[in-house]
Amino acid sequence: MDDLVLGIVAIIVGVAASWGLYWLLDFLVRLLPEKTQEKLRAFSFLLPAAVLLIVISVLPFFQTIAWSFFDKRAKEFIGLENYVELFADENFLGILLNNFLWVAFVPAITVGFGLVFANLANNVGPKREKVMKSLIFMPMSISFVAAGTIWGYLYDYPPPGRPAIGLLNAIIEAFGGEAQPWLTIDAGRLNSFLLMIVVIWLNAGFSMVMLSAAIKAVPEETIEAARIDGAGPLKIFTSVIVPQIRGTIMSVFITTVIGVMKVFDVVLAMTGGNFNTSVLGYEYYRLFFVESNIGGSAAVVTILCVLIAPLMWLQVRTARHQEEIR
Amino acid sequence: MNKFFSVIRNWRVGSTLALTFLVIIWSTPTVGLLITALRDRDEAAATGWWEAVFNPLGQTWSIDSFAKAIDGGMLNALIATLVITIPATILPLVIAANAAFAFTFIQFKGREILFASLVALMVLPLQSALIPVLKGMVWLKKTFGIELVGNYASAWIVHAAFALPLAIYILRNFMMTLPTSLIEAARIDGASYYQIFWKLIIPMSIPSIASFAIFQFLWVWNDYLIAFIFVGEQKAVMTYKLLRLLGQYGDGWQTVAAGSFISLVIPVLVFFALQRYFVRGLTAGAVK
Repeated sequence: MDDLVLGIVAIIVGVAASWGLYWLLDFLVRLLPEKTQEKLRAFSFLLPAAVLLIVISVLPFFQTIAWSFFDKRAKEFIGLENYVELFADENFLGILLNNFLWVAFVPAITVGFGLVFANLANNVGPKREKVMKSLIFMPMSISFVAAGTIWGYLYDYPPPGRPAIGLLNAIIEAFGGEAQPWLTIDAGRLNSFLLMIVVIWLNAGFSMVMLSAAIKAVPEETIEAARIDGAGPLKIFTSVIVPQIRGTIMSVFITTVIGVMKVFDVVLAMTGGNFNTSVLGYEYYRLFFVESNIGGSAAVVTILCVLIAPLMWLQVRTARHQEEIR
Repeated sequence: MNKFFSVIRNWRVGSTLALTFLVIIWSTPTVGLLITALRDRDEAAATGWWEAVFNPLGQTWSIDSFAKAIDGGMLNALIATLVITIPATILPLVIAANAAFAFTFIQFKGREILFASLVALMVLPLQSALIPVLKGMVWLKKTFGIELVGNYASAWIVHAAFALPLAIYILRNFMMTLPTSLIEAARIDGASYYQIFWKLIIPMSIPSIASFAIFQFLWVWNDYLIAFIFVGEQKAVMTYKLLRLLGQYGDGWQTVAAGSFISLVIPVLVFFALQRYFVRGLTAGAVK
């Protein structure tokens, strides 16, 4: 109960304080001569955001990169040793392979499901469209941990001699097969793929919503013209609709790639990184919280950032492009 | 022409069937867990949840698992999550709205470059900053006695900082669609930028503010990492508790299922009630 009161007080004080802060900044700027005012005006609106970003995200980012060249306790400079150690470690190479698999499969499949859902939903009439879209979209509002529980139950492996209460094993048994401890099977990285299904399940709704909006924005005349020329539905889709929504497909794809690169919670909740399912996001967590290895975990994050950097560039370019369209 | 319409109609029936099938697949995992949460403990351990669907009257239904999850601390976790989430949604919105205003309506040197760096920051993984921020907060405590770690305030600050790039981006994209003539008119009438911002721009930006608020609410609610690192066990949030419940084997799926349900009921309700704004927020960035 105390916490609830604290929360409410915090909200009131926080809002009042930030309002007061901006008022104060504006007041201070207006004390200055007209010309300086003109120069500092943007400053009074930007300062709090800039301070917060620099202190909590930009400077710590550089600190992390610096620490990746330091030892476990971030005391002694050891050059590239952390990196050498990581790349000589077979487990870490397996982690990189997992990350690669995640990026290779999840975004493409997510976009694929999104396209299928969006197309079907556009054909069923507005009322049904709304209900069905909500149901597919709903997992977006669930945490990775809750999703991990939901799917962990679906993959559940009963102790020997007990009946299968997980859906997957029950289906296998219904067809005469034998129940398997699915999440422990790393042959062909099967368990990693089972984790990917969870993320696809979570993200397909996002992909559907974005693509459906884009498809609806395709001018009716272009579709009509193709229809008059005798094109079938599939042909219309591949040569009329897809080229016009390419921008959105790309942006959903990139957004999903970025999300998947950082995947962490699902792995933590479902396998705890065991059975060769670990990924960079999880390895960072493990090195810091289990092994108290600051240098090592900083090196893992730095590698993650290097891998994400090209996407940063793509993101900036897409944003620029959108502004030009506007 | 008749043939054309019959094709359309068949399309519609086919699409409805296919989509219904997919919706059923998509909902099954969640439904299974929820049904399990409501079943009797022994029955749930002996038979799959689908048995209860086919034979609902031959089942013993019970809410014991909910009582057990609440005893296990899920209710306190719910409060902790609320106390983290609401300020962590409002704080970045106020700060981002101010910044977005400057980026949209005020000319200043380096505006383009600053904005491009902001877009780049959207992609930065939050892990890249967590450990230094944690160490910094520990240092603050040792040096000045300011206790942030272990308190809600640390989570508010970190969530706010990491939300800023996307929030500024979404709000600015929206503000750019507002008519500049209105602002110029207000300027001529003698209004200061500060007045214009609070009296003109904020009320007009409500749709995009709502979009981002829902987005951020869901994000903070569902976060595990920041709450775990900065707030920790004393004020454990729901994702934290749920993970601990999940780790306690031998207890059956009952309690975990009820715990998951408690953790997802609020975000799902928020989502269904305000879906329109949420979708608008998502599409604001990507669809022109």
